[in-house]
Amino acid sequence: MQWEIVIGLETHVQLSTRSKIFSGASIAFGAEPNTQACEIDVALPGVLPVLNARAVEKAVRFGLAVDATVNRRSVFARKNYFYPDLPKGYQISQYEIPIVERGSLEIVLGERSKTVRLTRAHLEEDAGKSLHEDFHGMSGIDLNRAGTPLLEIVSEPDLRSAAEAVAYGKTLHALVRWLDICDGNMQEGSFRMDANVSVRPAGTTDFGTRCEIKNLNSFRFLERAIEYEARRQIDVLEEGGTIRQETRLYDPQRDETRTMRSKEDAHDYRYFPDPDLLPLEIGADSLHSIAQSMPELPGAMRNRFVATFGLTPYDASLLTTSREFAHYYESACAGLSGTTPKLVANWMTGALAARLNESGCDITQSKVAPEQLRALIGRVADGTLSGAMAREVFEALWAGEGEVDAIIERRGLRQISDSSELDRLTDQVLAQNAAQVADYRAGKAKAFNALVGQVMKVSKGKANPQQVSEILRRKLALPGYFLPGA
Amino acid sequence: MALAIDDVRRVAQLARLRIEDAQAAPMLAELNTILHLIGEMQAVDTSGVEPMSHPRDVAQRLRADEITEPDRRAALLALAPRAEAGLYLVPKVIE
Repeated sequence: MQWEIVIGLETHVQLSTRSKIFSGASIAFGAEPNTQACEIDVALPGVLPVLNARAVEKAVRFGLAVDATVNRRSVFARKNYFYPDLPKGYQISQYEIPIVERGSLEIVLGERSKTVRLTRAHLEEDAGKSLHEDFHGMSGIDLNRAGTPLLEIVSEPDLRSAAEAVAYGKTLHALVRWLDICDGNMQEGSFRMDANVSVRPAGTTDFGTRCEIKNLNSFRFLERAIEYEARRQIDVLEEGGTIRQETRLYDPQRDETRTMRSKEDAHDYRYFPDPDLLPLEIGADSLHSIAQSMPELPGAMRNRFVATFGLTPYDASLLTTSREFAHYYESACAGLSGTTPKLVANWMTGALAARLNESGCDITQSKVAPEQLRALIGRVADGTLSGAMAREVFEALWAGEGEVDAIIERRGLRQISDSSELDRLTDQVLAQNAAQVADYRAGKAKAFNALVGQVMKVSKGKANPQQVSEILRRKLALPGYFLPGA
Repeated sequence: MALAIDDVRRVAQLARLRIEDAQAAPMLAELNTILHLIGEMQAVDTSGVEPMSHPRDVAQRLRADEITEPDRRAALLALAPRAEAGLYLVPKVIE
């Protein structure tokens, strides 16, 4: 039987504020344990939460970016459960009326794009951390993370494969960084995903029983966890079994998911409105000023790159993975037209991206400036440089050897496009390779490439290969020209 | 809607309250009285009335995103029954 995989994602995005969502303690990562946990965060009796304006603003920015409804009035609720890293005995979250509802995100998969609907995004506080190393048989609790502002973004079950889930995750990750609402640091837990996975016979519309896989903090784990979990569910169903609704954990070492808790002992959170917090109201003025401060969004920029520069949607999506990368592209393309912007895109997603990756730099630390890349591509377009030479100049630019034209001069990299010089070289090669000329005339097309290769070799790689091909073709077409022994 | 004795035990378990068997029956009666009152309130026609999430008809005030709280770890850890290496120590919990 053919099966269809159905996936919805819940993503916890840590908002990049300075202080906590309900207190004035710092949220900087990596501090000594409990040095950033004040009376409110450790839940001493009598303290009251006061909401951070910046966290609200960042949630609104997200809502506007995904074309969602920003609720002018939303309500904080208590989510009740007991765990030592949650000192109040409840987490402050939003339940019935979240700050953001609906909205959508467009994802690009190869040459195809798809709109994923969002259910909601709500503000909440993070919990602390439990350290289970042995403290005389006890657990250690660090409350530095308690009260860190989170935006939980919930998608509809619109994703149909692990690849789509990864594309969604990456698009969302790029968007929250683009909007400057999250630093996107996955190692530090700033962006964590839970995946709801179910399967159903292809062509049916009812949802199967789902399992939730918790705390996936890399796109690779997201992909592998979904693939494993879908396979597991299909195996169970094909053997006549049934899926139990449960929460599962992905184990990267063993590449499998396993039961964390089943629905029978699932939490009943007994949500109710938090009496310590009044309803959050967002005035028309602040909504308007946040809307005014929004940058051009990656989706809009992607479409603009396709329309203006003739890029494929896929290339355009690669260039808009971050605001900095997109701005580099625009600077490098300044004043260019025709097919040159496409060349700039190829260089950026090829040689430049590879170099950045190798050296662990982001685009703002690139050793090749956008103006230099533009100059380099200009020298390819005007025929001065062959592809291989351009690559050499690029490496020299990266190594800090100066400007493009100076490097070309110093290294003697000028391509030979002078036709009398090329005439001489091709005549020489034709005279010395009578056998290949005969082969070519006998209809062996491969012999032609060998002749081009010979000319390139005698020119030490400097001949313009396109011109060489043209000249060779012309000469070989002349009857009686360079016949053996002529 | 009326509760059964098992509901009382379940709610007590969720709230981490220990209810002795002798207390469960009177507790059930009390909770059912409260639910009855809620039932009466729910019978009132409230169409057109906006749901109230807070008795005070004002909006939440916001604070500027500034770090205002100093490190008071030593004083706060001193309140805990056990602490070590800057951590609060609690009975071992592994979920």
